[in-house]
Amino acid sequence: MFDRRGFLRTTGAAAVALAAESAIGVTRSARADSAQQPAMDASTRDLLMAALNAARGAGASFADARIERQRQNFVVTREQQIQNVVDTDSIGCGVRAIVDGTWGFSATRRLTRDGVAAAARQAVAIARANRVARDQAVELAPAQSAGEAVWRSAYRVDPFTVSVEEKANLLLRANAEAMKAQNVQFVNSALFFVKIEKNYANTDGAVVAQTLIRSWPTFTATAVSPDRSDFQRRSNVVAPMGRGWEYVLDADLVGNAQRWGEEASQKLTATPVEPGRYDLVLHPSHLWLTIHESIGHATELDRALGYEANYAGTSFVAPPDQKLGQLRYGPEFMNVVGQRSQEGCLSTVGFDDEGVRPDEFHIIRAGLFSDYQTTRDQAPWLRWWYDRQGAPTRSHGCSYGDSWSSVQFQRMPNVSIQPGERDLSWEDVIAATDRGIAIIGDGSYSIDQQRLNAQFGGQLFYEIRGGRLGGMLKDVAYQMRTPDFWNAMDLIGGRRSYELGGSFFCGKGEPSQLAAVSHGAPPARFHQVNVINTGRRRP
Amino acid sequence: MSRQQQARTAVLSREEMQRLVGRALSFSQAEGCDVSIGCNVTGNTRFAANQLTTAGVVEDANIQVQSTFGSKHAVVTSNDLSDESLRRVVRQSEALARLAPDDPEAMPPLPQQRYQAVSAWFDATANVTPEARARAALTALEEARRSSDLRAAGFIVTGGSSNCVANKAGLFAYHRNTYSNYGLTVRTLDGTGSGWAGADDQDWSRLDAQQVSRRAIEKARLSRDPTAVEPGRYTVILEPQAVADLVGLLAYYLDARQADEGRSPFVREGGGNTIGERIVDPRVTILSDPRDPQLLSQPFDGNGLPLGRQVWVENGVLRQLYYDRFWAQRQNRAPTGAPACVKMQGGDSTLERMIASTERGVLVTHCWYLRETDPRTVMYTGLTRDGTFLIENGRISRSIRNFRFNESPLQVLNNVEAIGEAVRVGAGGDTVMPALKVRDFNFTSLSEAV
Repeated sequence: MFDRRGFLRTTGAAAVALAAESAIGVTRSARADSAQQPAMDASTRDLLMAALNAARGAGASFADARIERQRQNFVVTREQQIQNVVDTDSIGCGVRAIVDGTWGFSATRRLTRDGVAAAARQAVAIARANRVARDQAVELAPAQSAGEAVWRSAYRVDPFTVSVEEKANLLLRANAEAMKAQNVQFVNSALFFVKIEKNYANTDGAVVAQTLIRSWPTFTATAVSPDRSDFQRRSNVVAPMGRGWEYVLDADLVGNAQRWGEEASQKLTATPVEPGRYDLVLHPSHLWLTIHESIGHATELDRALGYEANYAGTSFVAPPDQKLGQLRYGPEFMNVVGQRSQEGCLSTVGFDDEGVRPDEFHIIRAGLFSDYQTTRDQAPWLRWWYDRQGAPTRSHGCSYGDSWSSVQFQRMPNVSIQPGERDLSWEDVIAATDRGIAIIGDGSYSIDQQRLNAQFGGQLFYEIRGGRLGGMLKDVAYQMRTPDFWNAMDLIGGRRSYELGGSFFCGKGEPSQLAAVSHGAPPARFHQVNVINTGRRRP
Repeated sequence: MSRQQQARTAVLSREEMQRLVGRALSFSQAEGCDVSIGCNVTGNTRFAANQLTTAGVVEDANIQVQSTFGSKHAVVTSNDLSDESLRRVVRQSEALARLAPDDPEAMPPLPQQRYQAVSAWFDATANVTPEARARAALTALEEARRSSDLRAAGFIVTGGSSNCVANKAGLFAYHRNTYSNYGLTVRTLDGTGSGWAGADDQDWSRLDAQQVSRRAIEKARLSRDPTAVEPGRYTVILEPQAVADLVGLLAYYLDARQADEGRSPFVREGGGNTIGERIVDPRVTILSDPRDPQLLSQPFDGNGLPLGRQVWVENGVLRQLYYDRFWAQRQNRAPTGAPACVKMQGGDSTLERMIASTERGVLVTHCWYLRETDPRTVMYTGLTRDGTFLIENGRISRSIRNFRFNESPLQVLNNVEAIGEAVRVGAGGDTVMPALKVRDFNFTSLSEAV
């Protein structure tokens, strides 16, 4: 068994060295691959130019246009039945324009030269109408023009080329395996695929064609006690990913389903947790969501400055001049990086939705808060900080609109905790823990509007005693205060235990938009966290 | 073309929808074919940090075609309504349906139905201009800028939509409606106060932007400098929006099949469900009624089933659960359809009387980030937000820190002390709720968030 204090010393020292070099060791750039995909087709390019010309002609100082086609495919099953097979397809054009320092946006599904030009003129007219309520003029950070570029995400097999029979067969076989487990009476499973063809141009000269694919197998096994006094579910078993059909096959639904069913069944007889303070060992399949809520959202610059106050909320990481370089988010070995280049991640792109090639940047370096997520119209707000750092004032490339009909704004890049210096596995971290609770998988999650007070459940909970996993617990949730929680992190896994989790449905903005994002993490241990029991008797 | 003209023409009329349905069905070679079409023109204006940030207009339309061969079926959708696209969508859904495995729960096509008429279209809303929305935003922005201690962030949306559901067997349902909504959060510059208010109406001329702005500003100032009060069980006065946030969650649990299968809060131990049993306080009645003047909701669901008045909870007794066509047939009941509106009937109290009658309690404006922690009891966690106040000796005594709670709407409705007037709330769709005074509300921790 490992000695925890020994670990603390080692990992603390290592963090300084790790922070000094590029800590982005686990990311691989998914580079533009023009050989595998033709450039933007001529008619789409022609429409984009018609929109830009119309916006300029109407008086826009800057304009961009996106023609996007988004296709979705779902196959939905329960037990041995196909409930639904759905293909959706949506295409249109969104135009953004700046007039006299004010934004306007308009979107249309009429993909004719006249249709997109009318949308462009309407975007300009809306910008003019908004001028009456403008306070400060929009300033765009300079961006190196993307020029003509083509990019596609890392998929080997396009799921839209796989037959519905093959997809349905895979799910029904997995369902049958899960039903072999005792007391498992119901299984709901689905395959969900998204394919986005993004075509973007702006008046700075960017003309970018990108193709993105996302895949997500979902699976829930429900066990019901024979007397119907209880039911328990096991779900969120496979992370969504920016990959293709090959990812679904690699997830081996059929091979794993019986185990997932047995886990649901075991929850029926699991021991209700005794509330109290415990050392928590959190698996990457769980920790990604805690990162997402308490670091990812907290470090969005628009949120910190009040631009999301009416819906998603603000942030405790504000005001910037009191937090940048000063807020101790966590221990020295904690490094958190934002990037949109890691292969297979959900937020990964070649260029963002304003033609910027995203960079990799430290959000937290050696435990200190060091930067926010930005777009072109946000980066100038931090010029003072970048000047002080000797860094250029540039967007980190976080602009994203969830459809042609949605105005792009700042959305989360992939935000990940970098592995520790010592290459510890999940088992190593458990073995180093004398008494605590191990949590696997994401469950219930809730955090306040400034990202401080949070409560997280999970999928599977195990008692840890003497460095070993013991019996299964249930009704476990932990309550936390963000900086206290991260500063209580006292042990972190290494590169070999790093895994990705993520969400297809991260909501932000008004009207609400959904974004897909991944978060990587090794397992990590947190010292003496408050655990509550969420079970209740029926009223 | 002016915006006003576009708003009128882009929302498809009954006749235009009938023609499109006719075209789509004419391309169908399947045994069954269901067609749904939806379209909308929506304008929005967003502001934050005391200035207008983004605004836009979006028009979109969507067709969904389900083709059926025996018990095989598949759905294809597109937002292109051209003849060429309709032909392609129908053909693709037929090809997919032929490949799909049999669905043993597939139902025969729904024959022609009769629907209640609901007048939910208001020209005053369909014709709102970006300038009018900007002027509405100024009701908050001007006061916030003038006062120098406030920062306003809000969102105004107006628009119109129409929907139809039809099939080869002669079914045709059509509904159109307009919508307008204004939500506003005002924060104090010192970062210690935050107030929210909102309003929702199909008729823009009835939406009082000035009043929303005034309420949010008052709440922001009143909530400044909150003090921390120990978490624990409190008598709580929930404003109608907070009630909507909590009680609205019950809609996710009303499925009869889930209860009959043993995985719902409405499971009867030993088998079956709890229809007919008292589940909450006898003063509680919860219903859906598309024709209710406060609701004005679509009178049919996504499958074309007519929606009338449906009482879910009557005087505290669970009267009805949601039955789809398959489960209704299986259980020998009438299908209920899936309503998109909900109303909890009001009582004879008022917010003022609830406060006046409270020795010590907490007033909650609305709730935030509600997530299920236990489906067996509809147990949720969440937080209070944008205006949480301590009540002492019959009056609001001070602003207090927000709380996290772990609580179930079923428990809340069992602990009712008083019920106020039912009003249409500002967030949550077609929802009408009263203010409630309830005892023993379970606050589990403090949040420093403002």
